[in-house]
Amino acid sequence: MLDRIYKAQNLISEACKKQGRAINIMEVCGTHTVAIFRSGIRATLPEGLNLLSGPGCPVCVTDQSYIDTVLELADKSDVLIATYGDMIRVPGHGGSLETRQPANNVKVVFSSQDAIQIAKDNSDKTVIFLAVGFETTAPATGVIVMQAAREKIENFCILSGHKLVVPAMRALLSGKNDKIDAFLCPGHVSVIIGYGAYEEIVRDFKRPCVVAGFEPIQIIEGLAEICHQLVEGAAETKSIYKAAVTEKGNLKAQQIISECFEAADGYWRGLGKIDKSTLKLKDKYSRFDAYQRYNITETPHAELEGCRCGEVLCGLIRPPECSLFGKKCTPQSPVGPCMVSSEGTCAAYYKYGTRRKKS
Amino acid sequence: MMRNTDAPKILLAHGDGGLLSDELIRKTILPHLAKEMPSELNDAARLELSSKSICFTTDSYVVKPLFFNGGDIGKLAVCGTVNDLAVSGARPLALSLSFIIETGLEIELFEKILESIKKTAEENEISIVTGDTKTVEAGSADKIFINTAGIGIRMDEADLGFSKIRAGDKVLLSGTIGDHGMTIISQREGIKFETEMNSDCAGIAKLTCKLLESIKGIKFMRDPTRGGLAATLNEISKQTGLSIEIDQNLIPINPTVQAAADVLGLDVLGVANEGKFVAIVSAESADDCVKICRQHPLGKVASIIGTILETQDVPAVEMITKIGGRRIVQMPYGLELPRIC
Amino acid sequence: MCLAIPARIIELTGDNAVVDAMGNHFKAKTTLLKDVKLGDLVLVHAGFAITIVDEEEARETWELIAEINDYNKTPNKISG
Repeated sequence: MLDRIYKAQNLISEACKKQGRAINIMEVCGTHTVAIFRSGIRATLPEGLNLLSGPGCPVCVTDQSYIDTVLELADKSDVLIATYGDMIRVPGHGGSLETRQPANNVKVVFSSQDAIQIAKDNSDKTVIFLAVGFETTAPATGVIVMQAAREKIENFCILSGHKLVVPAMRALLSGKNDKIDAFLCPGHVSVIIGYGAYEEIVRDFKRPCVVAGFEPIQIIEGLAEICHQLVEGAAETKSIYKAAVTEKGNLKAQQIISECFEAADGYWRGLGKIDKSTLKLKDKYSRFDAYQRYNITETPHAELEGCRCGEVLCGLIRPPECSLFGKKCTPQSPVGPCMVSSEGTCAAYYKYGTRRKKS
Repeated sequence: MMRNTDAPKILLAHGDGGLLSDELIRKTILPHLAKEMPSELNDAARLELSSKSICFTTDSYVVKPLFFNGGDIGKLAVCGTVNDLAVSGARPLALSLSFIIETGLEIELFEKILESIKKTAEENEISIVTGDTKTVEAGSADKIFINTAGIGIRMDEADLGFSKIRAGDKVLLSGTIGDHGMTIISQREGIKFETEMNSDCAGIAKLTCKLLESIKGIKFMRDPTRGGLAATLNEISKQTGLSIEIDQNLIPINPTVQAAADVLGLDVLGVANEGKFVAIVSAESADDCVKICRQHPLGKVASIIGTILETQDVPAVEMITKIGGRRIVQMPYGLELPRIC
Repeated sequence: MCLAIPARIIELTGDNAVVDAMGNHFKAKTTLLKDVKLGDLVLVHAGFAITIVDEEEARETWELIAEINDYNKTPNKISG
């Protein structure tokens, strides 16, 4: 394994020298952010390569109005909130799911299956499942919505926060940050959507899109492939995650998504409104849509003063460049979502990347 | 464990010092714990100590579930106490045992815990010399809480402390990390899964005493319980003002534990251990320390995992990763929740 | 952005599977997969198998599969 790593690192070094300027590669996957930090890859990359973290953390890009909605719903006595662990610490007004009292109607689940089971086991309550995540997780939500419809489990609904990766990539290149030279594409989103899904980025923006898995060797070889393309002046969509990713993706999972959801315009924290970038339940399943059931409309919130999460999410600045980073904003007392989420860029930088400065 | 509604249970009255209390002590607790029935039951144990230099520790045990692969709350209570004494450079001598029991706990379950306590105490050559039992109403405690206090005689050879640590010293880890914490997490509601993992719950005193007897140059020891290896190393770094560099390739981890952590998105460095110790030893003694550990069943994969370094700017714990990269190892924040993303 | 690790299907009834990941057994639904059978290596995310994994490629990709951690066979060379 080590010789493959050295080979890839050499390729990257050579490419950086040949380019004559800094290469900016963005990864759009929170799991990549964490994997890159945990494996310490940055320390092995040459000076000329900037590895940017993008809006790939579904918690980070969820607007605060979503969590405020959840906190309001959680106050209803006949409601049980079922959520993945990722959402528990996100602060809204008046606390998070973790800190609000009483906490006994919040259940952390590991699978959407558990959420629907909780509904079956608690017929006197309405279970609201916090459906967050990108395309990797959306099919799991679709499956339980279809199951609820089939088995007539009426005390169940979802609050959809699902988002789509490709529209965000487009939005970045169309205005937010056109300095991005290439994308390291998310391994498991690509399992579902296929690496062919990035064709439009290549076609419309001429940027290489390379799918890599999360093992360090995958990430390094993915970066090497991107550098190779950049040096050749090429732009292609390619996957080196051959074990799991195909060009077309998981068609059955895609069918389930399109059976249950339609793309809707949505607000991404830090990026603003992005067309057709979120998943909304189709009319035929609207009775399982918590937004419909509880008649909720959300207004995007302004960021807290000094918070530069938006710029971090677009890869425009690195966390240490934010004046709140490590001082007012820490994992113990987070100001913005990039610090709250364990996959947030700021949290990752704080945990794995920086030495504390003497204050 | 399914609650058998007909089985005898702990009642509130078992804790109020009257007939039922007395019965619980004489008929249940003592027979399970004492080698022989003491002729007197006094308010305090009298101990004759061979030295004025003693170590004294206390801890409470609230683990859930009560029984897990590789141990139970009783075994944990004894081992935890033994280990605190062991890493302080002491030979464990005696411990006290206090129970706070929720009304409704099945006596059979209580007896199982007592059996385990007895067995563990015998294996670790520590005597249970005094105790207390209180009961609380249903809902006021989670089945059973155990508090212990332990006494040990500090070994003459032990000269341990943060102030003894110097740049150039080596970091010794006695075995695999993450086993206990990951085993407990595998039993947690919501993510329960079957596993071959076992808690590493064990008393390490015999090994630490052997080390101290045989080697000069042991500067400091600690058992990496809550917060795992990451917390222990960060504490050392903070207290000494020195930095620590460890090598991921040298840290022993059971692949099953690593896989479970990968599934849940947890960092094994921050996961609790209950049968391990970290020692800071002089560079000259490092090889011999490892040799001695590896001769003992609890130290078979002991390794030198890193070095103490002078601090450049701010003390930090840094890890060389498997691919030759570097990352900081921070003090873990709270209980990490399993992620899907 | 999604945690998923390769695991082998050791039980399968309908779309309910039990998978083994290096000695850990998890429940997983195979609803998202078309042709899946006992013994297949799959990627499991949030309780769902999202794809069948190519074994040959898996060996190239995942350290856990490719390089068996031999901590219990040959302890690390004594360093110092």
